[in-house]
Amino acid sequence: MNPSFSSPTTNLLDEALGIGRTGSVPWRIALVQDCVEASGAFLLHHLLKRSLSAEAAGAVVFLGLAQPFSHYDRVLRKMGCNLSLQRNKNKLHFIDLLDLEFLVAGGTDQNAIEDGFMNLYNRILRFIEANNLMHNNGGWIRIIIDDISLLEIAAQGSSSHTFDFLQYCATLTSELDCSLLILNHGDIYSSEEDQRLLSHLDYLSDVVIKAETLSTGIAVDVHGQLTIINKRALGELGWSSSKVYNFQFKLKENAVEFFYPGTKF
Amino acid sequence: MAESISRSLRDGCMEGEHAPALTIEDSLASSLGSSVFDHFLANLVSQIAAGKSQARGLVLVAFNRSPAFYLELLRRKGVDAQHVDKRVRILDCYSDPLGWKKRVPPLKTAQNLPVKANVACFSDARDTNKLMASILDLGKEFVGQDKSRFAVAIDLVSSLLRYTSLPIVAGLVNKLRSNDQTSCIVWLIHSDLHEQRVSAALAYVSTMVASIQPIAQCTDEQTSQQNSVWLGKNSDKAKLHVRLKRRNGRVKLLAEELHLDQVGVKFTAVGDQNSNAAKSLLPKVQFNLQLSEQERVERAKVVLPYEHQGNGEEIQIYDGRRSLSDSISISQPSVASPVISDTQVAPGIGEIHYVRDSDDEQPDSDEDPDDDLDI
Repeated sequence: MNPSFSSPTTNLLDEALGIGRTGSVPWRIALVQDCVEASGAFLLHHLLKRSLSAEAAGAVVFLGLAQPFSHYDRVLRKMGCNLSLQRNKNKLHFIDLLDLEFLVAGGTDQNAIEDGFMNLYNRILRFIEANNLMHNNGGWIRIIIDDISLLEIAAQGSSSHTFDFLQYCATLTSELDCSLLILNHGDIYSSEEDQRLLSHLDYLSDVVIKAETLSTGIAVDVHGQLTIINKRALGELGWSSSKVYNFQFKLKENAVEFFYPGTKF
Repeated sequence: MAESISRSLRDGCMEGEHAPALTIEDSLASSLGSSVFDHFLANLVSQIAAGKSQARGLVLVAFNRSPAFYLELLRRKGVDAQHVDKRVRILDCYSDPLGWKKRVPPLKTAQNLPVKANVACFSDARDTNKLMASILDLGKEFVGQDKSRFAVAIDLVSSLLRYTSLPIVAGLVNKLRSNDQTSCIVWLIHSDLHEQRVSAALAYVSTMVASIQPIAQCTDEQTSQQNSVWLGKNSDKAKLHVRLKRRNGRVKLLAEELHLDQVGVKFTAVGDQNSNAAKSLLPKVQFNLQLSEQERVERAKVVLPYEHQGNGEEIQIYDGRRSLSDSISISQPSVASPVISDTQVAPGIGEIHYVRDSDDEQPDSDEDPDDDLDI
C-alpha cells in the first residue's frame, strides 16, 4: 500500500481538535500558547501538515514572521510534506513577513500602522478570492499566523492595532468557510495591560492549546504536556460546552507522539 | 432572581426616571457571560414580540458576534421570524467596525447573501456620537406617534472600550439611560479585560449588576492536571451574584446558580446540599477545626477591648490596667476591658486573659533609668 495515499493517522491531538479526514475543523479560531521551555511551533507544523495532506479539501494562508519559508519547508519535508510543491499548486500561500517593517513602510504614525494592517488583510482577501475562483468556491481556508508577538513588534508595540487586525481575520471565519490558527507566547507579557491581549485572544478563541513543561521538570521520554480547552466541543451554534483535554507529548525527528500521562512504555 | 431581572427589563422605566440598566460581567474564570446575555436578550425580545413589555422594539449593538448569529439565536429560542423583522434592529459593529471593507476591493466570489432589512452596518466604532445617533435612528422606527420606547442591548462593552475611553463610554450609556425613548438597557462586559475602575464605573450607572463567578475556586498551587479538572467543572456551571438597586436607595444582594445545557442557561437557587458538600470537604484530622455550639456562645459573649459594643453605650477607652471586675463596678457591664487572669469575673460575661509583659517587671528603685543618657 502506497503510504502517500493512506489516510492520515489520527492521534490524540486530532481527536481533541476534531480534525476531520479532509482537514476540516469544527472550530473557527484556535490559539496556541507556548513558553520558552515548551515551544508550540511543533503544533503549527503538525496542523500545517494536516491541512495540506492529500485528502485535505482546502488551502492555507501562512503569515510567516518567525522563520523564513525555507525553514518550514525543511521541517515539513522531514514530516513527509513538500511545501514548495503545495505552494506551486496554490494550496499554500506563504506571506513572508520576516522583515518586520512591512507595517511601517508608509510611516510610523498610527494611521500608517492601521493602513499597513489593512493592506495585509487585503492580501489575505485576494488569496481567498483567487482560491475560490480556482476551486469554484469550494474548500475551506485556514489562516495560520506565526506569531502574534512579532506582529505586535511590527506594529511598534501596538496591541490595539494588532487586535483590530485579528478581529477582521475573525470576521472572515464567520462570513466564509475559514478558520484561524494563531501562535502566541504566554510568558513574554509582564505588565497587566499586556496580559490583557492574552485575555482578549482567549475570549476570541474557540480552542486554546497550552504547551507547558512537566511540573516535575525535564524528562527524556516526555518533552511537555498540552492542555486543550475546546469551548465549542459539540460545535452547535451558541452552545459553548467546554471540553478539556490534557496529555503529554514527545518530539521525534519526523513526528510528534501524543499520549496520556503514564501510558508511555 | 433571574426572573426579577427579566421583569425589571420588561417593565422598563417610570415617567421621569432613567431607564433601568443591567450590567452582566464575567471573566475567563467563568466565561458564561455571553450565554447569560443571550438568555436575557431572547427573553426580552419574546416579551416585546408578545406585546407584554414597555419597549416596542429592541436595538442590538453587535460588537462581539455577527448579526447572523443573533438572528439564528432568536429563531432557536422560538421567536417568530416576522416578529424579529418587525421588532429587532441590529447595528452591525462586528463585520466592519473600522471601515476597512469600504477601502479594499470586495470579494468578487463572495456569495451574494440577501442583506437583511433589519441589519444596519456601522463602520465608525471610534465615533461614539455617530454610534449614539445610529442607535437613536434605529430606535425611532419603533417610537411612532404615541411616544413608545425601545430597549437597547450592547453585546460587548469591552469591545467599545477598545475603541474609545471609559469617560466617553460612560457618557454614552448615561445619555441612553436618560433618553426619553429608552425603556431599558442591557450590556455585557468582561471584567478581566479592564481595570477595576471600569467595572466600578459601569456598576454606578447600572440599576442591576449580574456578576458571574466560578463554582469552584482555583488555587495557585494547582497542577495543570488539576487545572484541567477545575476548568471542566467551571465550563458550564457558575454562580450568579446580583446587586439590585431599588428606587428607594436600598441595595438587594441575591445569588443563584446557573448551568448551561443544550437549551440554554438555567437558573436554580443555591441549595443546602452545597453547604453540606462544603462541610464534607473539611480535611479529616485528629483535632477539631470547627466550634461547638457552646464555644460559639462563649465567643459571642466576649467583650472586645477598644470597641463599642453597638448598643448605644458611651465609648470608654480601656487604659490597660484596670481589671474587668473594677470596670464593672464603675460602669455598665458592657464596657470593654480585659481581665487579669486570677480575678473573678461576673458570670455570663466572656473573658480575655491578657497579661502585660511590663507588669512582670518591677521598677528597680536603685537604678535611675536616665543614667544611660549622655546629654
